[in-house]
Amino acid sequence: MRYERRYEEYEPEMKQSVLVIGAGIAGIQASIDLAQMGLQVYLVERSPSIGGRMAQLDKTFPTNDCAICILAPKMIECANHENVHLLTYSEVAAIEGHAGNFRVNVRKKPRYVDPDRCTGCGECVEKCPRRVSDEFNLNLNRRRAIYIPFPQAVPRVMTVDAEHCLYLTDLDKDRCRLCEEVCQAGAINWEQQEEIVELDIGAIVIATGFDPYDASELEEYGFGRIQNVINGLQYERLVSASGPTGGELLRPSDGAHPHTVAFIQCVGSRDMNHNPYCSSVCCMFATKEAILANEHDPELKPYIFYTDLRAGGKRFQEYITRAEDEYQVTYIRGRPGNIGENPETGNPVVRYEDTTARQVHEMEVDLVVLCQALVPRHGQQEIAKVLGIVLDEYGFVHTPERLLYPVDTSVPGIFACGYCQSPQDIPDSVTQASGTAARVAELLCREEMEHKL
Amino acid sequence: MSEPRVGVFVCHCGTNIGGVVDVPAVVEYARALPYVAHVEGNLYSCSVDGLSSLKQGIHEHRLNRVVVASCTPRTHEPLFKDACEQAGLNRYLFEFVNIREHCSWVHSHEGDVATVKAIRLIRMGVAKACLLEPQDEAESGVIPEALVIGGGIAGMTAALNLARQGFHVHLVEKEAQLGGRLLQINRLCPTDIEAYDLIKPIIQEVEDHGRITLHVSSMVHEVSGYVGNFQITVAEDGEKQSFDVGTIVVATGADVLQPVGLYGYGQFPNVLTQLELEDRLKAEPPLITGAVLINCVGSRIPERPYCSRVCCMTSLKNAIQLKKLNPDAQVYVLHRDLLTYGVEFERYYRRAMKAGVRFLRYNLENPPQIVGRGRAENVVVWDALRGRELHLPVDLVVLSTPLVPASDNERISRLLKVPLGESGFFLEAHIKLRPVEFATDGIFVCGTTRWSADVSESISQAYAASTKAAIPMRMGVVTAEAITAYSEPSFCTGCGTCVVTCPFNAI
Repeated sequence: MRYERRYEEYEPEMKQSVLVIGAGIAGIQASIDLAQMGLQVYLVERSPSIGGRMAQLDKTFPTNDCAICILAPKMIECANHENVHLLTYSEVAAIEGHAGNFRVNVRKKPRYVDPDRCTGCGECVEKCPRRVSDEFNLNLNRRRAIYIPFPQAVPRVMTVDAEHCLYLTDLDKDRCRLCEEVCQAGAINWEQQEEIVELDIGAIVIATGFDPYDASELEEYGFGRIQNVINGLQYERLVSASGPTGGELLRPSDGAHPHTVAFIQCVGSRDMNHNPYCSSVCCMFATKEAILANEHDPELKPYIFYTDLRAGGKRFQEYITRAEDEYQVTYIRGRPGNIGENPETGNPVVRYEDTTARQVHEMEVDLVVLCQALVPRHGQQEIAKVLGIVLDEYGFVHTPERLLYPVDTSVPGIFACGYCQSPQDIPDSVTQASGTAARVAELLCREEMEHKL
Repeated sequence: MSEPRVGVFVCHCGTNIGGVVDVPAVVEYARALPYVAHVEGNLYSCSVDGLSSLKQGIHEHRLNRVVVASCTPRTHEPLFKDACEQAGLNRYLFEFVNIREHCSWVHSHEGDVATVKAIRLIRMGVAKACLLEPQDEAESGVIPEALVIGGGIAGMTAALNLARQGFHVHLVEKEAQLGGRLLQINRLCPTDIEAYDLIKPIIQEVEDHGRITLHVSSMVHEVSGYVGNFQITVAEDGEKQSFDVGTIVVATGADVLQPVGLYGYGQFPNVLTQLELEDRLKAEPPLITGAVLINCVGSRIPERPYCSRVCCMTSLKNAIQLKKLNPDAQVYVLHRDLLTYGVEFERYYRRAMKAGVRFLRYNLENPPQIVGRGRAENVVVWDALRGRELHLPVDLVVLSTPLVPASDNERISRLLKVPLGESGFFLEAHIKLRPVEFATDGIFVCGTTRWSADVSESISQAYAASTKAAIPMRMGVVTAEAITAYSEPSFCTGCGTCVVTCPFNAI
C-alpha cells in the first residue's frame, strides 16, 4: 500500500485548470472551491442546466430546509464566478495525457438557441405545440419540445429537444417553427451544430451522481402497473411547489388527496437479487417525505416499512423521534412481500410481515412510495472508459486507497466526489467535493505557493 | 445623497411564501409607501430571472435603494447585494426583509396574520432603507500560515495537506505523541489494516515536514484577531509561545462514553468496552468460547438520543477478530438497528455473517441482562424477531458505546468564540451545505469533534477543512463587512458586556 501520492514524476508545468464532470451539488461545490483557489474551472454538465438531483428535491433532512432555496444561491455563485466556465448540454468526448497535463475534448450539443440572445422569457414554450414527457418531473407531466427544465435553471436559456421538435424531426417540416416566429430576440438558430471544445486541464473531478433504480424490476411491487405506486423522486416532485401539481399532494390515479401513505424502504437495495449495497439515504429521505405528507395534511397517516433504521448523521435520530412524536409517522419493521391493487378504489394493498410482532397483515393505503435503490448515473461506464478509471462491481467509482485517500480514483490526477463514488447524503457529498479541491491543490498549486513564500 | 427611490421586490418563493402570504396584496400595499418608486412580485427572486429583473428595475426606475422581501439573509443576502453591485448600486444600499421564516413558515396556518406581518416588516424595511448610506469595505492581508488544533488523523491530514500546498502550519497536540485516538485502535475496517501501520508514516511525515511546526504537550492558550490575522499563544509545559496565523482548523476529536453502571461494567471483570477490547487484541488476544457484543450502550436513549454512527462497524470488526482467534467461538452481536450503510459496510456485514457471527435484535423495552457470580457468565436477551428469550453463555461481554463531546470542547468553544450544538459537539455554519465551516470567518472544523465519523470520513472532512482554510490564504486578501457598531455615549453605562461577548475582540 502506498501511503502518499506525490506528483514529482509528472509535469514540471502543471496546468492551472480543472475539469469538473457533473454539475449537481457536489460538482458545483467543487467548482466554487477550486475557482476560489484561483484555478480555472470547466464545469461540464450533460443536461441543459446545472443543479442536478438536489434541484429536484422538495425539502432536505434533518432541517426541512427547502432544497432549491439553499441550492439556487450556490448555482448562481458558481455560474457567476469569473474562474468558472460552464459547459452545459455538453459531454466529455475524449481525454489523453496525465496528472497535471490532460488534453480534453468536450462535445457541446446544439441547443438550437443562441445563448447570448435568449432572454429566457418563455414565449416560445407557450407556443410550442409538441408535448413530451418531462424528465425533470420524473415523467409525471409533460413539457414542451422547447423548454427550460425548471424555473431556477442556470443558465436561463431555452433548449430545443431535437428528438421531439416537430421541425427537427421532420414531423412537420414545413409548418411549425412557431418558436422562431414568436421569439422577439431572434434567438432560435436552426443552423447550430455540434461543437468540440478543446481544453488543457491539470486535474479532473468526477461528480456524476445517481439515478433511481428502476423499481419495475421488482415485479411484486407493481411499479409501472399500479398507478398509485410511485417512487421517492416522483414523490419529491409531487410535493414541490414547482412540481406538476404546484405542491399539492395528489395521487396519480384520480388526483385525490391521499389519507394514508406507505413508504417502503430497501426497494432493490440490500437485496442480493438487485443491489446488495445500502443506498445510505433512504431511511432519512423517507422520514422527511413522511413528515412532509403529514405537514400537507395533519390528518394523513404515514407508514414507513424498514429493515434497519439508519440514522447515523448529525441530528438524524432526533429527526426520527420527531417524526414519530409530532407527525404521526409509524415505523413498521418488515419488507412487504407484494403490493396488490383494489380494483374499485385504485388503492394499493400492501402485504407484509410485521417482523417484531411476527404477524402477517394486509394494509390498504391511498398511495405507496417506493424508496428505490440509487445507482450510478446512466453513462457512468462510458465516462469511466473515457477517463480510464476503474469502477467497482456496482458501477461506483473505485477509490483504491479509500481509508487515507477517500477521493482519489485509480488514476492519479482524477478525483471523485459525491454519490458517483459511494452512496452518501448531501453534507457528505459537499464535504468530499471540498476535499477534492484540497487534493487538486496539492497537485497543482504547490509550486506556486513555494515561489510566493 | 439624492432623495431615496426605493425598489421593493417581493418573492413568492414558489408556494413557500406565496402559498400563505397574499403576495399581490403586499405588493399593492408597498406601492403606497413613501419614497417607493417601484414594486414587483417575483416567483423566485433568487433565480437568474428574478435577479435580472432586479437589475433591470434598478436601471429603469433609477432606484437608489433596494428592499428584497423573501427568505433568510444567511443564505441569500450576498446574492442580492452582488446583484445590486452589478447594477451599479453600492451593496450597502440594500435591505433584506425575511417574510418566509418570520411570516409564512411560523404562521403557516394563518395567512391573514402572516400577510399583515409581512406588510409591517416591509414597511419597516423601506423606512430603514431610506436611511442607508453607501459604505466602503476595508481590505486586509492574509498571513499564509495556519493553525491546526489536534494531532489525530483529521488534524494531521489537514496539516499535511496545507503544508504540501506550500503553507506553513502550526500543529498543536495536547498529548506528547501525535496520532490521537487511532493509537488506541487495533485494526481498521473494512480492510482490517493495523491502525498503527496506517498512521505511522503519516506521523513520520508530519514530524519531518519542513513547513510544519509541531507543538506537542501543548494547549492553545489565547486567540485573538480575525480571519487573515489571528494572534495565537500556545502554552507548552507552562512556557508560552506566540505566533500569527491566517486561518484555524479545529480537529480536537471526541471522547468515548464510559458505560459506568451499565450492563455490569465495573462490576464484572469480563465486561469490557470496545476500546478496552482493542487494547487486549493488540497485547494478548483473548481466546474465548462465547462472546456477546452489545450495541447502542448509552446511545439512542432519552438522555443521549443520537446514534453515534461508528459503533456498529466497531462491533462487527471486533466480532470478526474474535471469530478469527477461535472459529468455534459463539460470537453474538446484539443490536437495535444495524448501521452498515453504503457499499463497503454492507459488504463487511455479509462477511461477518459468513464468518459465523450471529446477529440478534433487541429492543430498548427489553434490554439484555448480564448475569453471573463475580464475572459475567450468561447474557439473557429477548430476541425481538423470534419473540423469545435466549440465554447465551459468555466469557466476554463487549459494550459498544457512543462518541461523546470531548471534555475540552467548552474551553475551545470559549477560546475561539465558536458555538457548540445541543449535543455538545461543535456547531457548523450550515448543517447541509457548510459542514466544515464555522459561522465565524477563517475558522474550520473536521473529524469527530464535529460529529461521529470513521477514519475515511474524518479524512474527507480534513481535506474539506483544508480547502476552506487555504482559500483566504491563497486569495491573499479578505474584505471586512463595512457595517460596524458605534457606541452612543449617552446610553453606555460602561458595563463591559459587549467586550466579553464580541467574537472578534473588536472593542
